Amino acid sequence: MTNSIAELEKDAKAIFLIGTNTTENHPVIGYKIRKNVRENGAKLIVADPRKIELAEIADVYMRFKPGTDVALINGMINVIISEGLLDQEFVDQRTEGYEDVAASIAKYTPEYVSTITGVPAEDIKKAARIYAEAEAAAVCYAMGVTQHSTGTDNVKSICNLALVTGNLGKPGSGVNPLRGQNNVQGACDMGALPVVLTAYQKVVDEPVRQKFETAWKVDKLPDKNGLTLTDAINKAYDGELKGLLVIGENPMLSDPDLHHVEEALNKLEFLMVQDIFLTETAEKADVVFPGVTFAEKDGTFSNTERRVQRVRQAISSLGNAKQDWEIICELSNRLGYPMKYSSPGEIFEEIRTVTPSYAGISYDRIEATGLHWPCPTEEHPGTPILHKEKFNRGLGLFHVVEYIGPAEHPDNEYPFILTTGRQLYHYHTGTMTRRSSALEEHKPYNEVEIHPNTASRMGIVEGEFVKLSTRRGSIELRAKLTDILEENVVFTTFHYKEAAANLLTLSEPLDPVAKIPPYKVCAANLEKI
Amino acid sequence: MINVTINGKEIQVPRGTMLLEACRQAGADIPTFCHDPHLQLAGSCRMCVVEAKGRWNLLASCVMPAENGMEIETESPSVVEARKIILELLLARHDLSCHTCERDGDCRLQDYCYRYGVKESRFAGEIIHFSKEDPNPFIERDYDKCIMCTKCVRVCKEITGAEAINVKDRGHHAAISTAFDGNLADSTCVFCGQCIMVCPVGALTSKVSMGKGKPYQVEKVLTTCTYCGTGCTLELNVKDDTVVGVSSNRDERYSPVNQGALCVKGRFGWDFIHAEDRLTTPLIRKNGELQPASWDEALDFAAAKLKQIKEASGPDALAMFASARITNEENYLAQKFMRAVIGTNNVDHCARL
Repeated sequence: MTNSIAELEKDAKAIFLIGTNTTENHPVIGYKIRKNVRENGAKLIVADPRKIELAEIADVYMRFKPGTDVALINGMINVIISEGLLDQEFVDQRTEGYEDVAASIAKYTPEYVSTITGVPAEDIKKAARIYAEAEAAAVCYAMGVTQHSTGTDNVKSICNLALVTGNLGKPGSGVNPLRGQNNVQGACDMGALPVVLTAYQKVVDEPVRQKFETAWKVDKLPDKNGLTLTDAINKAYDGELKGLLVIGENPMLSDPDLHHVEEALNKLEFLMVQDIFLTETAEKADVVFPGVTFAEKDGTFSNTERRVQRVRQAISSLGNAKQDWEIICELSNRLGYPMKYSSPGEIFEEIRTVTPSYAGISYDRIEATGLHWPCPTEEHPGTPILHKEKFNRGLGLFHVVEYIGPAEHPDNEYPFILTTGRQLYHYHTGTMTRRSSALEEHKPYNEVEIHPNTASRMGIVEGEFVKLSTRRGSIELRAKLTDILEENVVFTTFHYKEAAANLLTLSEPLDPVAKIPPYKVCAANLEKI
Repeated sequence: MINVTINGKEIQVPRGTMLLEACRQAGADIPTFCHDPHLQLAGSCRMCVVEAKGRWNLLASCVMPAENGMEIETESPSVVEARKIILELLLARHDLSCHTCERDGDCRLQDYCYRYGVKESRFAGEIIHFSKEDPNPFIERDYDKCIMCTKCVRVCKEITGAEAINVKDRGHHAAISTAFDGNLADSTCVFCGQCIMVCPVGALTSKVSMGKGKPYQVEKVLTTCTYCGTGCTLELNVKDDTVVGVSSNRDERYSPVNQGALCVKGRFGWDFIHAEDRLTTPLIRKNGELQPASWDEALDFAAAKLKQIKEASGPDALAMFASARITNEENYLAQKFMRAVIGTNNVDHCARL
């Protein structure tokens, strides 16, 4: 997030939610948005193919066809420009590339966009006005925006919207991805990415590598960008990748097109898994190391607002399980590179020395309250709001983004659009929540959401088992009738191994930049069993 | 600023300050049930009454703004008498099964009865049962212990925004209820458990923690939630080296993101930690089956395999999926391992999934 969570409760005068079912996937942020709307009269715009809970209290709800995000946002920008609602001063002083975007946007009239998205032109105008006229407007989005073959374009168009209205660098504004996992921000910050070291220092930059070569006392660090997770699976499938080390991940449920993933993992010469349970992935491993849960470890997590917070060990490691950092050190020692640390605190001290944005953060400073990076020195108070005076590159860069649309379209054989996600009571591949007695008792099985008209046409009743299939595979699961989605759209979650949504999803085409799979749109068929 | 005298001590407070706040600033310990600094004022329990010189009636300090020149007594005989009567009235419909109560030792009703020596109620009469058999797996609703402070109603509306519950009926029959007195699962309840967090007695408790430890037997360890990216802080409740529950700290310094508010996963989704099928020993595949192994055996095996692949096919034939679930420190070491030890940038994690 460019801004902090607290601003969504207090400072934002308008909030635009797109592709985030906030009350189910980030419930506590959902509470804050509700409170701001209820108590301070903040305006709320919701754009989502499903009429999610927060849509009920929205000033404008736009139910758009899955995958038409760019068209929708471009339509809003078109209204903002044509009605003179842009922040000219911000555009002039803090951005570049506006003219090209303005020219490209001209054709995205609300009427034209309406034909693509299915959203009435009047609603697009109303949403654009609310967002642009607010003193401070925040956009929040999640995987509903990013998990498309055009995910990067979707995000760029959101950035254009924020730039054209000057909604960056001030309280209550910003472009705010709500990140789905406790430490996904931290994993990125720490360089668990194939193209960057810590703090997004590029592996292809020689001075960066030299710094790390000195710090880590190695002769030469690799200078080519590595493989993304999705590419790695494909390379394994092709036989080019021979060995895979998996820590606390479950690609056998979380990755797209599971048959493809399984075949890829089967071709590996060596699969090592480090996890707390024998996950679907661990079952395929050659060696499994027992790690520990968050309750058994010390360290830090960085949340979606870039706040670095302490994790504290509450109980001893179970059985013979080892701390995850100790396992890595033991392996490293055996491979001739001694890693000797006495505690996570000692590792954190090393992180500070090579990670400029974390340099000013210490366990002592975050003993009570976590700090937002960038925090370059011990005196620095942390940075809840990014881009206040200037952007990292100087001027904020507009990007021309044309609407392309989803890769797979419904046809006669697969007439529905399948979109996937999470629900409130379970988390990701269910490894933890399905072993949490109360959560599992409350939501023990997967469901597919179907519009009542569709169900009645097909003779499907609530709770009945139906077959949901795509070109990749099929699953059987219960029908849940709801009019929160369009008649030709169905939705299911990926938490349940016995009805695994990712047997159905597409692994291609990935977004060309982010290599993210298009989980939110594929063509599907529904059958009564 | 205005001047007020509390128990003979003169202090200055900004105009508009409630007497309760002024008394606490002056060091007076004012008992409250219905007051919560994060919720709208209810002024309903009257435990916070104080005596003001020259006033014929006692003042409910939580809803009474301090006035210049007020002279306040917080434990005068008439204040103590009023509080005792309130406690007796509450006991008249409170199930005194403290020995089996989850909140025994952390209950304001217990504390205040102890403080004012109230053992039983003179007002005991016809017993009405309010307990609610509610077949949800999260929240136990034992309204025979409810003292009608309505903090659960307010937190549900004002913090969570669910508005699942409210007060039904009046007088002796008043009780907390969902719409049409149904089950929580059929209401707008999202099982966040904020109601449990604010309940001052044992009327609302966690079914998941039931029978696992009384409040004074557990140690609370402040940490960060393991689920979504919001980064809520919570307290793991530990007894005998076992996690037996989750509570939350509402102090903004310790809970800057969520101020104690949690969701259903954070508050109730913790018993996987001790699930029977936790991995507790390394496994190696032998004859097609994963079999228990010693750490040395498993680590030697893995190291040999990595070395062999690296030598035969080069470092880029290896890749790692690090994790958004593990700590910063562990992710740092994981990518350092791949880059410095193996010699490849093939390291990624589930950010895309």
